[in-house]
Amino acid sequence: MRVTERLATGLDAPICLTWELTYGCNLACVHCLSSSGRRDPRELSTAELFAVVDELAAMQVFYVNIGGGEPTLRPDFWDLLDYCVSSKVGVKFSTNGSRITPDAARRIAASDYVDVQISIDGADAATNDAVRGEGSFDVATTAMQRLADAGMKDFKISVVVTRDNVAQLDDFLALARRFDAQLRLTRLRPSGRGADVWDRLHPTAQQQRDLYQWLLDRPDVLTGDSFFHLSALGEALPGLNLCGAGRVVCLIDPVGDVYACPFVLHEQFKAGNVRDGGGFTSVWRSSELFASLREPDSAGACASCGSYDACRGGCMAAKFFTGLPLDGPDPECVHGHGEAALLAATARPDSGPGHSHRKPVFVPLTLPKVRT
Amino acid sequence: MSGYTLHPQVGLRAERFGALAYHYGNRRLTFLNDEALLAVVRSPLLRDDVDTALTDAGVPADRHGAYRIALSRLADAEVLVACD
Repeated sequence: MRVTERLATGLDAPICLTWELTYGCNLACVHCLSSSGRRDPRELSTAELFAVVDELAAMQVFYVNIGGGEPTLRPDFWDLLDYCVSSKVGVKFSTNGSRITPDAARRIAASDYVDVQISIDGADAATNDAVRGEGSFDVATTAMQRLADAGMKDFKISVVVTRDNVAQLDDFLALARRFDAQLRLTRLRPSGRGADVWDRLHPTAQQQRDLYQWLLDRPDVLTGDSFFHLSALGEALPGLNLCGAGRVVCLIDPVGDVYACPFVLHEQFKAGNVRDGGGFTSVWRSSELFASLREPDSAGACASCGSYDACRGGCMAAKFFTGLPLDGPDPECVHGHGEAALLAATARPDSGPGHSHRKPVFVPLTLPKVRT
Repeated sequence: MSGYTLHPQVGLRAERFGALAYHYGNRRLTFLNDEALLAVVRSPLLRDDVDTALTDAGVPADRHGAYRIALSRLADAEVLVACD
């Protein structure tokens, strides 16, 4: 049995766990997967966060991807980071950079067990700020400079590829090299507020073919296995090339709900809550939803396509939130089957009210001082 | 004959197919697709002598060559460190 087939039947603990600490955010990015903005009063307490870390350590989860919202807005963020490291659970956290003071940068650089990912969505202020908000490019690049000045090597610059920034891939790479960082590209998903902008911002078919070639030529660019649907174009991209939802990945949201992956914050893909009796461990090992996701996939409408072995039908979340059946083509299927299916898709599921700000958000250009 | 030890920055987690090894320094994940290989990697004997560790883990003599290659690949991936 190939490794990927073994992984598809599930592991005793996730390889990669995304943990969103808060729905609070000082930005209001148009494509936010979790529709973040305002904190939720039910968010896990510090003691509850630490209890989750204890479980992750016992399950030998190697590291967590911490995000939000903007995770550094939580007053207990740095304490949680220290607790993870002392429990031997590595951390990579995603931030818009607004709380990366010089002190914070030095603190991050000092630990082998902490990695950081700064998000931008354009290689210049105009392109970036149209998605992430006025001033956010300057805030992000200031944080990058501080990390570089602190001697942090190989931190990540994370970009969601859109119709508007796909022409800037070389510029993103140059930016990463300038700061001794690594570039990480991920796929725009029609999840959260992303549902509102997906039709307008997802890359065109030609842009996807160009992106595939660009990635093939640059195996050092990280993708978090995001673009495995493009493997139907020929040679597989580096990575496991499978949908890891509930099999090798999952997501814990700020109120403790456990979802199959970071892109499906919807009732239908909720496996349980860390506040339930058995905690996260029991959700991962015993949830009915995860058990069903670990069953062999049905190729469905894709069964007759010669590329199914390469793309495995693509991304479950992309299908779900565009109203396509889960056992059919991805909306961005490189053979155009998704486009055809979208012509007759069912009504798109409601993403729920989310936690979006009720008023416009402006990023302060002077960075606040924080305790580090 | 020299052997190997586990890299100090590597975490090892047993799974049904063998094990996962995660390197906290270079942040790479490596698959050990065999239970016997996991037993060898965990063996305290591996530090001093590869053949002794392989035999102790129940690997037949005619398979030692393949396991030696696997161990050297793990050293290339910085999961193991060679001992002098």
